[in-house]
Amino acid sequence: MSVDTATVAKIASLARIKITDAELSAMVPELNGILAWIEQLGEVDVTGIEPMTAVIPNHQRLRDDVVGADPLTGGGIRDAVLANAPAAQHGFFGVPKVIE
Amino acid sequence: MSELTDLGVAAIRDGVAGGSFTATEVASAFNTAIAAAQEALNAFIVTTPEAALEAAARVDADRAAGKPLGKMAGVPIGMKDLFATKGTATTAASHILEGFVPPYESTVSQKLWDAGAGMLGKLNLDQFAMGSSNETSAFGNVISPWRRTGDTAPIAPGGSSGGSSAAVSARLAPAATGTDTGGSIRQPAAFTGIAGIKPTYGRCSRWGIVAFASSLDQAGPMARDVRDCAIMLEAMAGFDAKDSTSLDLPVPAWEAALSGDLRGKKVGIPREYRMDGMDADVAHSWDQGIAWLKDAGAEIIDITLPHTKYALPAYYIIAPAEASSNLARYDGVRFGLRDLPEGAGLQDMYAATRAAGFGAEVKRRILIGTYVLSAGFYDAYYTQAQKVRTLISRDFNQAFQTVDVILAPTAPTAAFGLGEMVSDPLAMYLNDVFAVPASLAGLPAMSVPAGLGREGLPLGLQLIGRPFDEQGVLDAGLAIEVRAGFKARPAKWW
Repeated sequence: MSVDTATVAKIASLARIKITDAELSAMVPELNGILAWIEQLGEVDVTGIEPMTAVIPNHQRLRDDVVGADPLTGGGIRDAVLANAPAAQHGFFGVPKVIE
Repeated sequence: MSELTDLGVAAIRDGVAGGSFTATEVASAFNTAIAAAQEALNAFIVTTPEAALEAAARVDADRAAGKPLGKMAGVPIGMKDLFATKGTATTAASHILEGFVPPYESTVSQKLWDAGAGMLGKLNLDQFAMGSSNETSAFGNVISPWRRTGDTAPIAPGGSSGGSSAAVSARLAPAATGTDTGGSIRQPAAFTGIAGIKPTYGRCSRWGIVAFASSLDQAGPMARDVRDCAIMLEAMAGFDAKDSTSLDLPVPAWEAALSGDLRGKKVGIPREYRMDGMDADVAHSWDQGIAWLKDAGAEIIDITLPHTKYALPAYYIIAPAEASSNLARYDGVRFGLRDLPEGAGLQDMYAATRAAGFGAEVKRRILIGTYVLSAGFYDAYYTQAQKVRTLISRDFNQAFQTVDVILAPTAPTAAFGLGEMVSDPLAMYLNDVFAVPASLAGLPAMSVPAGLGREGLPLGLQLIGRPFDEQGVLDAGLAIEVRAGFKARPAKWW
């Protein structure tokens, strides 16, 4: 399968990356080169093979249902959470207006 | 004092404990070496000489007070700038994390500080660990301290842990952390004549490491020899409830159990790794490695890993797919860069921020990942790749029914020059052809220096072990190290 300019523009929009026309036309052949190379996977007979889900067998754990059991991942640290925000306001993340 | 920078992890730890020198003297010596090399090599994004000195002073005080010292006491290290470090900017070598100062410490780095190590600085890398030459960093290329014989052209230190490999081989740090998603510890180690091990997936906590491809990412040490890697891995590994894929297993005493005696061990040589048109130096060093392991008492057995040629294309579906999902978090809202064009709405802000913040290779991989996961293509690409991944893992399981460890080259060539590969993404990806299969199967794998190629640049040999058998990998690595007698180091030109 190969991609055209319209498809790459659609992917970029899905990925929320603004892309210029010049970048777009450079990206199309690059992606097609990579995708053509990836196509060889289609040769492999995978009849009856399950897709890999866990590379090393491990069991899923549930943590104890206690608020703030681990202070590193617990709550009550609003200021630390907001400390790196580009536009924190009134204890919230600030974003451009989304409702007119 | 300059000779202190020639010491490795074990020698520094033992020298500090024994009183031959102080941790403060060691940290000062490395701080000085870094300051003198930073302009030429660009190995660090940020240097933290005060942090190194503070950690050293604590170790010296503990020793004076007769307190027990940690596994890494007095050893200053470089920290790949993919690990969140509390109060010190963490960038993943991307503009999109500009200004991000973590309010927390990654589990692995915290364990190293708890073991008595100190931080010399944050090491440069390929942006979001995506690259094999350190040419995708937003903070400039790292220059390898190595040069071709009779040539001054800048050489790639490998990637993505290129700052780590350059710093350790240039004696700017006795050891450094790396991370390995598809060869990012092993290939740069091979390119710079040092050792590096990626442990079994789950040994080292991923908590606080900037995520690239979560089912593949593993941290590991990079140092000048096998023993130093064993010591540092002991300090880095261990269960962490904050990482759902962390292995709840005790950390073995890898250093104490090290043995290069391989009598009774079986070493597999995978025939599919001997590819048409293989580089003559690489083929020769592989043959030497076989002879060295035989000399150490191992039995050599030819094995087959039939799906090897499909590992790299499967990787270039799985890793970008996971990356496209992981990197969705960079949106200009919670941390890092925000690009808000005049009058833009929320969606425009996302797209503008990500366009301004991500480098070309990162965008390329996000787009591939988005495409292979998109409606109508998911099964043909992503599910197929995950099935092939099962087959690759099964190939290794079958081989490990007859052999204990596998020997292969680390990379298809010695280091290349900066700029020689950068215009062809596919040729760059092929650099990881020998490293990726072990990553897809989650296996422990190590690169050790084997010798110099015809251009005077280092070559590495790779050892791949059973799940959880880092010891087998380290032991076979030690057997090679002892026989290779690799003493070469880059001539100091910086």
